[in-house]
This record gives sequence, structure tokens and C-alpha cells, in this order.
Amino acid sequence: MASQEDNLITLNIDGNDIQVPEGERLINVIRDQGIDIPSLCYYPHIDPPLGTCRVCTVLVNGKPMASCTTKARNGMNITVHDPELTDTRKAMVEMLFAEGNHFCPACEKSGDCDLQGLGYMTGVNMTRYPHLFIDRIIDYNPKRVVIEHNRCIRCRRCVDEVLTSEGKRVFNFVNRGNDTEVAIDYLEEAKLSEEQATNAMHICPTGAILVRGKSQARPFGDRKYDIEGINRQKTVPVIQEPSKIRDNVKKTIATVSLAGCFGCHMSMLDIDLDLIELIDLVEFDKSPLTDIKAFSRQVDVGLIEGGCCNSENVEALREFRKKCKVLIAVGECSIWGGLPAMRNMVPLRECLEETYLHSVTSEEGAMVIPHHEDIPKILDRVYPCNEVVEIDYYIPGCPPGANHIWKVVKNVLFGEAYSMIFPEFKYD
Amino acid sequence: MQSISLSRTQLLNAIWAMHDLKGYLDDGDVTQLATLFNVSAIEIEGVISFYHFFHRKPAGRHTIYLNNSIMSELHGFADIRTIIEKETGAEMGKVDPSGTFGFYATSCIGLSDQEPAALIDFVPFTELTPLKVKATIAKLKAGTPAETICDEPKNNIRYKPEGGRALIFRDYEPGAAITRLTELLPSDVFGQVKEAGLMGMGGAFFPTGVKWETCRKNHSNRKFVVCNADEGEPGTFKDRVLLNTMPGLVIEGMVLGAYAVGASEGVIYLRAEYRYLKEKIEAALELFRQKGLLGDNIPAKQPFSFDIKVQLGAGAYVCGEETALLNSMEGLRGEPRTKLYFPVEKGYLNKPTIINNVETFAYTARIIEHGPAEMLKLGTKASPGTKLISVSGDCRNPGVYEIEWGMHLGELLELSGAEHPYFIQVSGPSGTSVSMKEINRVFGKNDLFCGGSFMIFNRDRDLLQILLNFSNFFKHESCGICTPCRAGNFILTRKLEKIQLGLGTLADLTDLQNWGHTIKQASRCGLGQMAPNPIMDTIHKFPEYFEKRVDLSGSKLNKGFDLEAAEKAYEEATEGL
Repeated sequence: MASQEDNLITLNIDGNDIQVPEGERLINVIRDQGIDIPSLCYYPHIDPPLGTCRVCTVLVNGKPMASCTTKARNGMNITVHDPELTDTRKAMVEMLFAEGNHFCPACEKSGDCDLQGLGYMTGVNMTRYPHLFIDRIIDYNPKRVVIEHNRCIRCRRCVDEVLTSEGKRVFNFVNRGNDTEVAIDYLEEAKLSEEQATNAMHICPTGAILVRGKSQARPFGDRKYDIEGINRQKTVPVIQEPSKIRDNVKKTIATVSLAGCFGCHMSMLDIDLDLIELIDLVEFDKSPLTDIKAFSRQVDVGLIEGGCCNSENVEALREFRKKCKVLIAVGECSIWGGLPAMRNMVPLRECLEETYLHSVTSEEGAMVIPHHEDIPKILDRVYPCNEVVEIDYYIPGCPPGANHIWKVVKNVLFGEAYSMIFPEFKYD
Repeated sequence: MQSISLSRTQLLNAIWAMHDLKGYLDDGDVTQLATLFNVSAIEIEGVISFYHFFHRKPAGRHTIYLNNSIMSELHGFADIRTIIEKETGAEMGKVDPSGTFGFYATSCIGLSDQEPAALIDFVPFTELTPLKVKATIAKLKAGTPAETICDEPKNNIRYKPEGGRALIFRDYEPGAAITRLTELLPSDVFGQVKEAGLMGMGGAFFPTGVKWETCRKNHSNRKFVVCNADEGEPGTFKDRVLLNTMPGLVIEGMVLGAYAVGASEGVIYLRAEYRYLKEKIEAALELFRQKGLLGDNIPAKQPFSFDIKVQLGAGAYVCGEETALLNSMEGLRGEPRTKLYFPVEKGYLNKPTIINNVETFAYTARIIEHGPAEMLKLGTKASPGTKLISVSGDCRNPGVYEIEWGMHLGELLELSGAEHPYFIQVSGPSGTSVSMKEINRVFGKNDLFCGGSFMIFNRDRDLLQILLNFSNFFKHESCGICTPCRAGNFILTRKLEKIQLGLGTLADLTDLQNWGHTIKQASRCGLGQMAPNPIMDTIHKFPEYFEKRVDLSGSKLNKGFDLEAAEKAYEEATEGL
């Protein structure tokens, strides 16, 4: 904070006049009022602030500005809470998820990741933008660290903050436009002390900088965003749209697992004794849980686990769309591809050859990639369900918790309001 | 090796000097630069890779840059590309096996009225035809230097207000404005510029006199005057014509600006695409020095010394943004700064700086030469004077038009001989898209501002092709530092491609509108704030076109998913097994 001798000026935040020191950064002014505003690239001691992620955008006299790079001036009229603006900030978080290849369940930083924390804070349950799936490398060349480019969000923190003892940069942006990325100077990196390298890992808001031998994740429950969110937030904002189906007839549910691991189905069963209550309320049609293979009627809700990796998945999903009034994508794979989509950055031919011809378990001289008219065709990449059919609701998680799934289903079927507490809403 | 570190402001020049030796920089060069400037090698790599005219791999003894702007595309880009590839043996983006030719695409090179055009070894070749390409390549192969066979780009000055009333395109006597300084105080200079109501002609239209006055008031031992000659907006070329025909007028404007604000150093930031104009500009500077109108003790009412040098850019559209330009001059990546300060407060080297467009400086020279009244006679009350407009596209007379503010759009279309116009892009891809329902709109502050680019497209042109060209341009030219512009423009491009394939739905159009709005709201500088404009404008203004291009059935099975296409890779991989 600025010192006390500073001029106090008056500005207005969401209708309230307050007095603050002139020139103070708006983001600090807003937070001092107890208002939660997300930020990602902002690090209080980086001066001037980076202003790269745009997650802290507010309106100043009606004009959008990043609150980290704007200074408090007399008479400013600042809007923080406004539905459109809140959505813009959330959109920035979604854009970062869509731009990179963020496989949370496979990430060392999961649970301690600021990007993930922001996803929880703003209630991102799917990205409105299609994931770009750009092939990025993992750089093992540096001496002390590994750079996982799939996870880099180009926030620039490491560029400005990680310097050698001689004051030279270790990281820098290279290229331009959509090819912009962070590159590392191997010579300078080798001069970093263990402590400096560890600092680089900690300053990275995601899991893009890892120190060799130090990246062991903490156990579930002990991680940064397991119990509480950013700013001690206890609940996740969820969209509660009114139920589409409102009558008193017993409801019907169908489920399917496409390119998934059945983990989401396992999770559905995890509600324990509540299953008994559920059976009174709903009836299952086609589902692996009942082993009913074909639809016997139109059903109210279809729960989809997994994305589409082959032609059969596509057929099954299309049938579900036709037979279900409401379709809910359950879990990361159905929402955007999830772990199976790790192959999306590699051409299919290479994937197949690696799997069937060149893997360590392939027989000597293996020549055959399985193919037959009776087996489904593998698609060029794994498609999220909403690229194939329209999806009505999304439940994130790998897998989503049982309570999360059933809260959403009950909301959709019976209009029951619900709220999500932090430990129930996870991407991993 | 030297151990003293050079000033970072010399970095761009140092890179150019090394680059010119062999057309690219090798690892040794990068190490040497890092040592000279006492920074890590990755800092040098960051700067080199930011600009598309710098190469890290051999780029041929002759380097060909074919413009890929929409004007080039509509005038035969594909054919010219094919013939260049055939004649040189170099695929686009690569070097031929013998290392003779490197062949690359480049964003607009300011020759939209004579497309298709290319730069070969940084000299211009215009109105290319397959035959002309063949002959040119043959001569280059025979050892003829490109500069001896290149074209002199046409000025194509097509229109100016009648009766000698033109402000820019009228007789010019070098020194006519500067010599008036003997009667004027600095405050008179910005006062007259203010009185004339001059606005910044680069496209932001900020009152020039106010800018100069503010800079005057900011006390500092060092101040700078920067001329923004990084004319990168596709479809604009009026600054090229001005610099080619009257470089002196621009220089005089800079001298006046320096006197007004109290600066002693000036820089013309010239885009590398106009490198062939550098000698001409430097000759003009030398002429002024010889006349004593530039350098130490320029005759004026108050003691005054000021000199100008030319700084060459290296290929980056975003450097036209004033703070990105300052960073580029300082030897940094050309990323726009956060807007904590205006350049008049902390600009070049954190000193008070005025940055004005080429055309703006030319107008200031005319205002001091003839008095503000001359300008106030023309135009409208809100926007006095004239404006240079670069007209290109489907018309008989592409070229530069000095129009009075207040002219109707339809009038300009008529003057230019537009043929069946359907869609007009005003102020370039980051400007406004206009349909024929709007031909009564008026150029000027109260209606339609135009920064200089006016591209006419006839009824046979495909809107999606145009939008995709723009979108790819932004995707490539974004500085990449902020999320919405870097990722957002990429995402918009993907969406447009989907619609172009015939796989779009009504929901995709809504997405484009909403996503565009988000990008505009959250982007850090003008590039991202403007980039979605053409997409959003055209969806709004040309519904009849988009209704034909998307699926309106409202089906819940997405038409956008093409199962056959998705299966193709598998069928190919297992074929014949």
C-alpha cells in the first residue's frame, strides 16, 4: 500500500464512494474493499504490473480496463460486479484452458494450480471455446528444470522475475501472434541455484516450470485449492437454470460410457444409501448400470461419460440425443476430450503405428493395425460431445463427485436448488 | 570480444547490420549480440523472432516477400505464388535447394493500388503477372541486382479539392514552414495547430495541438519527436505516397513539433516494407541540414536545435501502435505497453515524447505555412480540413484521394469508379465494414472516421474469404502478450474456417458475435480491441449472405461434425494392410 502522506482521493466502486491513496493500483483498492476479483498474472511486487492475462478486467468510467495496470484517480467510477463483465473475466479463464493442453488429472501442479483455482472461483464447468489442441513440446534440455509447454499460459511472470545473479533473463517470450511462447536460455538456466530454480517453479501459476526431483505433488486434501478457494472462498458459483421438465411422473434416466474409463459411472454409484431414495424417484433405461442395451422409450435425462474417439461413439451419442430430452456431459472426457484427447496433438497414423507396430510389447515384425468392417473406426482425434451433438449441461471432474452429479440431475429433473461446496467441485 | 554493453536502443540497427551480411543470423551472431548488449541470448532471440523480416536460418541470396493481403489475394496472389514457386524452386516459407531464393508471404506492403506486389531484396515489384515474374526471376538468376530492375511504385494521386484549395497536394517549397519559426513562439505553434482543429491522422484522431501542448508542459531535460511511418494497416498507402513525393513536408512538421514541445531529438520510425524510401528521406534530411533548417541553431524566435534520424522497423504490424513502436525503438519486442502513462508523460526512454503519424506532421507544416484559416475553410465544423484516403479494390481508379471531411461515402465511390460495390472496408481490417445501404454516410467526426484505408469489394467477392484473410492477419500480427488477442483471434479464425466449409450453424454466428465482444472488451491495445470488428459488423449488416452460409434447421445433431472426414485418417492409415 502507498504511504500515509499520499493524497487521498475519492472514487466510486459499484455505487459506493470510497477514499483511497491516489495512484494506488485499482486491483488493490478493490480487494481492500473486500471485493473478490480474480487475477492471474498479477504479482504485487512486479512493477510495472504485467497486464497480460486480462482476468481482472473492470469498467472504469464505462471503459474496460485491466484493474492491475490502472491507477486510482479522483472521481473514477468503477464497475466490478456486472453480469457481462463477470462473464468476460470468466471467458478469459476459459480461453486459457482452451488455448493450452491442460490435462489436470495428469498434472503435478493439480490442486496447487492458480489457473485451476480461478476455474473453481469463477465456476468454469466447460470452456465455451473449442480446445485448440496445438502440439507443444516438453523441454527436458535445461539442467534443473523441465518446461511443460502444454501448460504454459504466457503470463510472463517468469520472464520478468527469474533472473540470474548477474541480472540476466532466463526466460523470454519468443515468436509472435498465436505462435508466441516462453523459451528458456539453457546457458543462463544452468547458472541458477537450486533456490532460484525452485522460485521459478513457484512463481509459475500453472505446472509449466517443474524442478527436477521436486515436483512431487502433495496429497489430496493438503493442496492449495482442495478445501477453500482463492480468497478463502467456500462455494463455487453454479448456474442454476430452472428445470426443463416439471411434472410428477416418475422420471427416466439413461447413461452411456463412450471414450472414457467408466470412472464417472463408478462415481455415480458412490452416493451410497441415497441410491435407495433415487430408485424411488427415477427409473433407468438404457445404461451399463442396468445392462439394458437398447432404449425402450424417450427418456428425460441422458448422462454421457467420455468423448467420441471412434465411429461407434458418434452413433451412440447421436442416438442419445434423439432419445433424451436433456443431455448432460459428465466428466472431463465428455466435456472436452479429457485424457484420451492427449493423442489429439499427434497424427492418427503415428499413434496407431506407435501402439501396434513399434511399441515395446509389439511382436517382432508386427505389420497389422487392427481393422475390420465390424470394428468401429478410430477418428482422427477425440471429439468432445458438444462438437457432435448439442449438450445441455456439463458436470466437470475426473471423475465428478457423486454428490455433484446427483445435485445437478435433481436440479434438472425436479428443479431442486443446490449449491456446490469447494471440495465437491474439482477438475481432477 | 568487446565487453562494454551497447545501448539497447541500438539493438535493432545492430541486428539489421548483421542480418544484411548474409540474410540471416546464425547462432554465433546471436551470441555475439548477447555479449555486445550484455544480455542473455534468449533476449536477443525474443527480439529477432518478433519481427518477420529477421531470419535465423538461411533465407536465400535473394529473398522474395509476396504480399498476402486481401487486395493481393483478389488480384492473383495464388497464381503469382505458383509461378514464383515454379521459377525459383522455393516453396512458400522455404528456400530452394540451391539456396538462391527464399520465398515468404508477408502482410500488406502498402501497395494495395498495384497488386499483386512483392518485395525482392527489399525493393518493390508491382502489378505482377506470371510473365513478369518469369522474366524477373531469370534476370536475378543471371546476376542482375534486384534494385536495378525493380519498379518505381506509382503515386496514383487521383483527387484533391479543386481550385488550388488542397492542403497537402499543392505546391511545396522546402523550408516554407520552418522559416516562419522566426516569428513564432512554441506556444504559437501548438496554438495554431489547435486552432486549425487538426486531429491525429493515424486513425485515433486525438487533437494534435492538445497533445503537443501537454508535452510542452511536461518538464524534462530530454524530449523526443517520433514520426510513426509504420503504415501497416492493410489497404493503406497514403504515407508511402507522402514520403515518396514530399518527405520534406513531413520533416518540417517534425521540426515544428520539436519547437512546440521543446524537443531536440527526432526519429522517423520507418517500416521495413518501405526500406527503399530510406535513402530518399535521408537525402531530404541532409538538404534541410545544409540549409540550416535542421541541426544546431535552427533560426527561430527562441534558441532551437533539433535533428532527426531514421529508425528502420523489421516487420511487425503491431509496431504501428505508439507504445509498441516505442518499445521497438528501445530494442525490445514490439509489445504495446500497459497504459499507465501517455507517451507525452513517459515515452521514448521514459521521456516526454510526441508520436504523430506521417500525414499529421504534413498537415502541421501546412497549418504553419498557410495559417489555420486555410484549413478551417475546408471540411466541416467538427472536422475541418482534408484527409488522405488510400482507395483500393474493385474500382477503376485506385490511388490516393485528398478528400474534404464531410464528403459522402457514395461520392468517393463514384470518384473512384467503383464497379458494382457490395462491401466496403473503411479504415482497414480494424475499422468499420459498410454495406451499400450506408452510402449516405459522411466522412468526419460525427459519422464515419477513416484512418486512410478504403477497400472496395464488388458483388462477386466472397465475404468469408475476406473475413478469413483479415482474421489470419490478426492471428499472425497480434503481439501475443495478452490472452484475448493471442488466443481469441486464433479461435475466431477456426470458427470462420468451419463456416467456410459449410459446417456452420446459427449458433456459430451468435458465438462469433459474443466472442468478438469479449475479445474487444478484454484486449490490452487497439489491435485486439478492433480485430473482431469486421466479423461482427458483417454478420450484423449482411444477414442475407450469412443465412445462405449456415444451417438454419436448428437440429440438435451438429452439422459441424463431419463423421466421414473424421474417419478418413484411420482409413488411410489402415489402407492396404
